[in-house]
Amino acid sequence: MRRSRARNAAAVTLAAALTAVTAGCGGGSTTDGEGSNDNPKELTYWASNQGTSIAHDKKVLTPELKRFEKQTGIKVKLEVIPWDSLLDRILAATSSGQGPDVLNIGNTWSASLQATGALLAWDEQHMKKVGGAERFQPSALAAAGAPQKDPAALPIYSLAYGLYYNKKMFKDAGIDEPPATWDELVKDGKKLTGDGKYGIAVEGGDPVENSHHAFILGKQHGHDFFDPSGKPTFDSDGAVKAVKQYVDLLAAEKIAPPGNAEYAKRESVRDFATGKAAMLLWQAAATSLKSNGMKSDEYGVAPVPVQAKGSGEKGTRSMVAGINLAVFKNTDNIDGSLKFAKFMTSDEEQRTLNAAYGSIPPVKAARSDKAFDTPDLKVLREVLSSSSAPLPQVPDESKFETLVGNATKELFADAAAGRKVTTASVKKELSAAQQQMRK
Amino acid sequence: MTTLSPPPGSEAAAPSAGAADDGPSRPRRRRILPDRLRRAGLPYLLLLPALVLELLIHLAPMAVGVVMSFKELTQQYIRNWGEAPWTGADNFRIAVDVNAPVGEALLHSFLVTCAFTVLAVSLAWLLGVTAAILMQESFRGRGVLRALFLTPYALPVYTAVITWSFLLQRDGGMVNHVIHDQLGLTDSEPFWLIGDNSFVALVVVAVWRTWPFAFLILMAALQNIPKELYEAAQVDGAGIRQQIRRITLPSLRPVNQVLVLVLFLWTFNDFNVPYILFGKSAPEAADLISIHIYQASFVTWDFGSGSAMSVLLLLFLLLVTGGYLLATGAGRKRDV
Repeated sequence: MRRSRARNAAAVTLAAALTAVTAGCGGGSTTDGEGSNDNPKELTYWASNQGTSIAHDKKVLTPELKRFEKQTGIKVKLEVIPWDSLLDRILAATSSGQGPDVLNIGNTWSASLQATGALLAWDEQHMKKVGGAERFQPSALAAAGAPQKDPAALPIYSLAYGLYYNKKMFKDAGIDEPPATWDELVKDGKKLTGDGKYGIAVEGGDPVENSHHAFILGKQHGHDFFDPSGKPTFDSDGAVKAVKQYVDLLAAEKIAPPGNAEYAKRESVRDFATGKAAMLLWQAAATSLKSNGMKSDEYGVAPVPVQAKGSGEKGTRSMVAGINLAVFKNTDNIDGSLKFAKFMTSDEEQRTLNAAYGSIPPVKAARSDKAFDTPDLKVLREVLSSSSAPLPQVPDESKFETLVGNATKELFADAAAGRKVTTASVKKELSAAQQQMRK
Repeated sequence: MTTLSPPPGSEAAAPSAGAADDGPSRPRRRRILPDRLRRAGLPYLLLLPALVLELLIHLAPMAVGVVMSFKELTQQYIRNWGEAPWTGADNFRIAVDVNAPVGEALLHSFLVTCAFTVLAVSLAWLLGVTAAILMQESFRGRGVLRALFLTPYALPVYTAVITWSFLLQRDGGMVNHVIHDQLGLTDSEPFWLIGDNSFVALVVVAVWRTWPFAFLILMAALQNIPKELYEAAQVDGAGIRQQIRRITLPSLRPVNQVLVLVLFLWTFNDFNVPYILFGKSAPEAADLISIHIYQASFVTWDFGSGSAMSVLLLLFLLLVTGGYLLATGAGRKRDV
């Protein structure tokens, strides 16, 4: 009898051990303050994956980091982190306090990460050390933290959405110029669809891509996904119109292939590069297209279409896309981190790095370089300075990307399975997304 | 080991043998603890390292998770979660309110997980037991086949599941190539990674991944059944079916009890397979609870809510596991 009780006790302990994996993770605590200089000869840098692969990034960044080491004597330990795990890694680093000294963040996350209080604020004193705020493009700096607050990061790569189109396919279909409005895009798309080829490729299974298009189209319908007080308005009429219009490229207009509903690994870029689709909405795609075998003279870039020509904020053609450089507040090499930020935002490095990645320098002085005079970058530069808007800089922004992006993904899946996507079904999905933002 | 715990009946003999070896002049070594106490304490002493590790690795984080579930823990507080405001049972109330979206989505996810677990565990067990019985007979190539069967278990989970995700792609995936292009079983190419079919895809990959474990365990258990039982049964005129029903399955019962429990817990909590197959946002039809809680915590940055869901899940699993252990334990006693 005693044996069986002991066995039961052991079994329950075992059960507890086996089930314990579901328990929450521990929480960390970090000290406040502005970091220290305890480790002045070394920096750890988490770079986001900007190039065609992690190896490509290492190849681009390593010589530059060597140059920094030569100038300052500070060795930089580089880690390139893929996008799909970057935010998790940053959150883990934030909660544990065991992060890098300097890191890249997607500029749309700036306000969300700023709210954690883990990033160094770029107040006037810190800004002075990198040459002052006026060195940066104002729109890029606006996407570096909440309004009325010191930026939580510095912009280092700027990107904008453009409409990439296949010149030969357009010519063969008798289309002279890229579409300027969505109606024209649908009309052209129908001409270009047939024989196993489609008018446009979309990355329908990728929540982040979906949320960006929802935002741009939302702006064009006069809608923002947050009200001025920062509360979500995901299921208002403008949002429903925007998401439905985007999903309808596949659902109603059928100018995007059904298979695109599950694309989430840049397959749409591959399909455009290989001539399976004639158009693509993407941010600075030159490097990716090249790596997929498409030559630069085979495609053109035009601004993303609008609802009707010339209509103020409704003429928004892109979000201010880009990458920012942030410093963890608890760094043990604060001086070195500031030096590194100065180095990465210097005119010379901005030219080198942005040219290597096919992005646009957010540092004004570096923009005049010939490397950024290519026809596609000229268009994207113009879009950035005249018709782009930063994603809402509110703490809940990252939730918007996930929840609205997911809702759109589900709607794409419905459309691909042959189910009807109606205004009511879009509203239902977006309402459910909004309800998840209960706080 | 033997000096600490001599086998029953050897206590009297051991000291006298020692005394004979060392010579009569050597004084007998005094034991610090009386035998009874040592015998009673030994199991606990041996359990101690495991208990300490258990406390550090599982119970302490569990306790932290429980505390977090009563807090409003958003990104504002993740640097110092101790400062997050208490919300009482709010997180739990919201999680179980099935008339509101959060609770409704959690219930949906829970039901999907239950269906997935029942299907995946049953199929994995059935495959495992069938293969194990078939592999008992000696035949040419048996070793190769056994090794082949164990491959899914031996492969790193990421490599295996990412390969599945390529195979299951609608356009260009091998699965559709075979069932649609070659065999013509479907009118159009189905989706496997989005929409309703994603549930089927998830079950298939999970079964593929777990059945070799069942096979391995059951194969080892089968080796322990005395051959004489089968020989006697044959002499009595029992056929193969009767032998399996009357000898094999009853003999496997103790092993099956543990095996099914382990498979149940692994499958119910499986995070790797759905995460690698579908990414951070699983399709509704395959929204397993592990991914759902991950989303609540790490994607929408509401760690308090995610912790509350974890605690609820933990209670459910403890309840099911405890009930199962008591039921099967009682069964064992009856057997004796």
